[in-house]
Amino acid sequence: MEITRDLKNHKVQLSENAIALVKKICRRFNYQEGELINILHAVQSQFGYLPAEIQELIAKELDISVAKVYGVVTFYSFFTMKPKGKYPISLCMGTACYVRGAENILNEIKRQLNIDEGETTPDGLFSLSSLRCVGACGLAPVLLVGEKVYGRVAQADVRKIISEYKAGCLTHPTKE
Amino acid sequence: MVTLTIDNKTVEVPKGTTVLEAAAKVGVEIPTLCHMKLDNLEIENKPGGCRVCLVEIQGRKNLAPSCVTEATDGMIVKSSSIRVMNTRRTIVELILSDHPAECLTCAKSGNCDLQSLAIKMGIRELHFSGEKSVHREDKSPAIIRDMDKCIMCRRCETMCNEVQTVGVLSAVNRGFNSVVSPAFEQDLQDSACTYCGQCVAVCPVGALTERDQTGAVIRALSNPDKTVVVQTAPAVRAALGEEFGQEAGTLVTGKMAAALRRLGFDYVFDTDFAADLTIMEEGTELLDRLTRHLNGDSTVKLPILTSCCPAWVKFIEHNFPSLLDVPSSAKSPQQMFGAVAKNYFAEKLNVDRKKLVVVSIMPCVAKKYERGRDEFAVDGNSDVDFVLTTRELSHLIKLANIDFHTLPDEEFDQPMGMSTGASVIFGTTGGVIEAAVRTAYELYTKKPLPKVEFEELRGMEGLRHATIDFGGLPLHIGIAHGLGNARKLLEEIAAGRSQFHAIEIMSCPGGCIGGGGQPFHHGKSDILKKRQQAIYQEDRNKPIRKSHENPFIYQLYEEYLGEPMSEKAHHLLHTKYFDRSTVFEQDGNASETDDKK
Repeated sequence: MEITRDLKNHKVQLSENAIALVKKICRRFNYQEGELINILHAVQSQFGYLPAEIQELIAKELDISVAKVYGVVTFYSFFTMKPKGKYPISLCMGTACYVRGAENILNEIKRQLNIDEGETTPDGLFSLSSLRCVGACGLAPVLLVGEKVYGRVAQADVRKIISEYKAGCLTHPTKE
Repeated sequence: MVTLTIDNKTVEVPKGTTVLEAAAKVGVEIPTLCHMKLDNLEIENKPGGCRVCLVEIQGRKNLAPSCVTEATDGMIVKSSSIRVMNTRRTIVELILSDHPAECLTCAKSGNCDLQSLAIKMGIRELHFSGEKSVHREDKSPAIIRDMDKCIMCRRCETMCNEVQTVGVLSAVNRGFNSVVSPAFEQDLQDSACTYCGQCVAVCPVGALTERDQTGAVIRALSNPDKTVVVQTAPAVRAALGEEFGQEAGTLVTGKMAAALRRLGFDYVFDTDFAADLTIMEEGTELLDRLTRHLNGDSTVKLPILTSCCPAWVKFIEHNFPSLLDVPSSAKSPQQMFGAVAKNYFAEKLNVDRKKLVVVSIMPCVAKKYERGRDEFAVDGNSDVDFVLTTRELSHLIKLANIDFHTLPDEEFDQPMGMSTGASVIFGTTGGVIEAAVRTAYELYTKKPLPKVEFEELRGMEGLRHATIDFGGLPLHIGIAHGLGNARKLLEEIAAGRSQFHAIEIMSCPGGCIGGGGQPFHHGKSDILKKRQQAIYQEDRNKPIRKSHENPFIYQLYEEYLGEPMSEKAHHLLHTKYFDRSTVFEQDGNASETDDKK
């Protein structure tokens, strides 16, 4: 959403709409410092990540230091400062998926995309994260691209799934 | 009141007292590391994080950190049982296991609380080894952050956030990776850091230190092509003695001048001379603004704020860009001295300014930053070349094998060593405004002061105010030390609610006597009080106690500058301020802020 990203400098330019949205969320929580985590949650759900410029804006709105905001963002692993890819890939590493070979799948994705967990490909298409149990253990191992679920994934399927998105034959699976 | 027993001693304390404080009352000194309390400044850091102050409390399963455990009635405490001693030793060893063993070359060696603790615990061997946390070293013009040495005591965070409200330092990341850092792990020089140095002043280890320039000064002194002049700030003479084992509050003005001469400085001058000059300019500016204001000139802004403190100047540039026309345009004494030395004095000596080296001895680390500001240089040649802190000067004296104690008391050189009592008190909170009032009163009322000392402007409270009768005109004066207190006065000004005509602001608690470059107080705030008394004593000892009566200041105006606020004075002695706020600080408009509140 309305963020222009300068990939080289990791600098982003927030649009008027983006600024207004962050301000609105801060207002919704009454500018309470104690609501910082909830505000970060709400903002990240809108933008997918929390770039420095957004943290600066939140700090200003709540009248707290940006170092404090950054401290909270870096403390909780849920928050991320790296933008998710257009197609965020999540792999379930819960018990059932794990025993059915999720780790091999994870390594295969890493190899195919040449990124680590928590990272995004330089072209901005894919990002990779792991999660714990999506409640579909019967389909283990489970892989998600956005909100689309792939069950009983084999190592050999990985290349096919990725190339489908690369070719653009599947539309953006996340909610706009 | 509650009654408890600590190491078999019974003590009665008010409810709410911690076990640590109760123990101190009966002479039991429980070792601490992260804990710090500066009594008369209302500054306290007790995250209960280091666990060094653990004690055994009868009836409790676990050992309790005494700094955050409230004393209760009937409590039986043991501070030195075998269990406590063993645990405390293990804790210190664990802290040391993630600490670089670089004591021999560490800037903090000899002044390090962790080192002292290791000595006290008799640690001869480290039983734990493993991964160590590694961080990038951050070298700003004033402060060096070497976070490998950080023990996460959070004292710097308390100073930066609660006391100074600068908000640059915060604990970031998690677990083993956690570290105190500016946002986005940027360097201090890219942040809104004011370089006040209060983080350095309280850091128990060598994680935060000043940028050492003693080497550069030695090189200048040994260069036969250079004429090296030195200036010493008022607060240095009231604290330098501590570095040589003297009682806090011992004045060492004469010995300091003698030591500087033996170090090889060609001219030993005094920043106090420039402080008198500051009063001439700032006092005249105050009267000018005041008279215009009284005559109904609506373009003139009051209050006028003092501008001697570089950390405070940087603070207003970052945080209150709309108020940049409020501080006096007068340069700080350090920079006035540099400008006069590199122009007037260089001309007098017939020396090119590039061959004249100006060294400052300052109680401050922000002065290291101030000297490097672009506007204080001519063709890349800075008015002040190097700044040493009080601590660095003591290192230099020790290095040169000078026996400080047996030095005779010597005088400063002339003309820029002549100063009045008014200039000496610049070193303490309330001093600059008192010096300004002494001069402004006489210039305004054309009558001699009935009493030179203004007790109503003195003290240690963070925010003070007084009204001085200027021959029928009540002059309202505000004083703040500590940037958190300054922020309160600035917010009043921004909201148009300020009642003051003039305000003095100093960044450091206590003023320059508590500066980030002073000998470490190790949490003993009475040291600041003693330094303050020494400053006032020096004032009383001076034959001349008003800046406008300094004969060499007269000479300087007559020979060179003309009169206060003249064009030449403006060019050399005044400056301007810059908006350093970030994008979002700029765009905050008033209506937005209003609907928030």
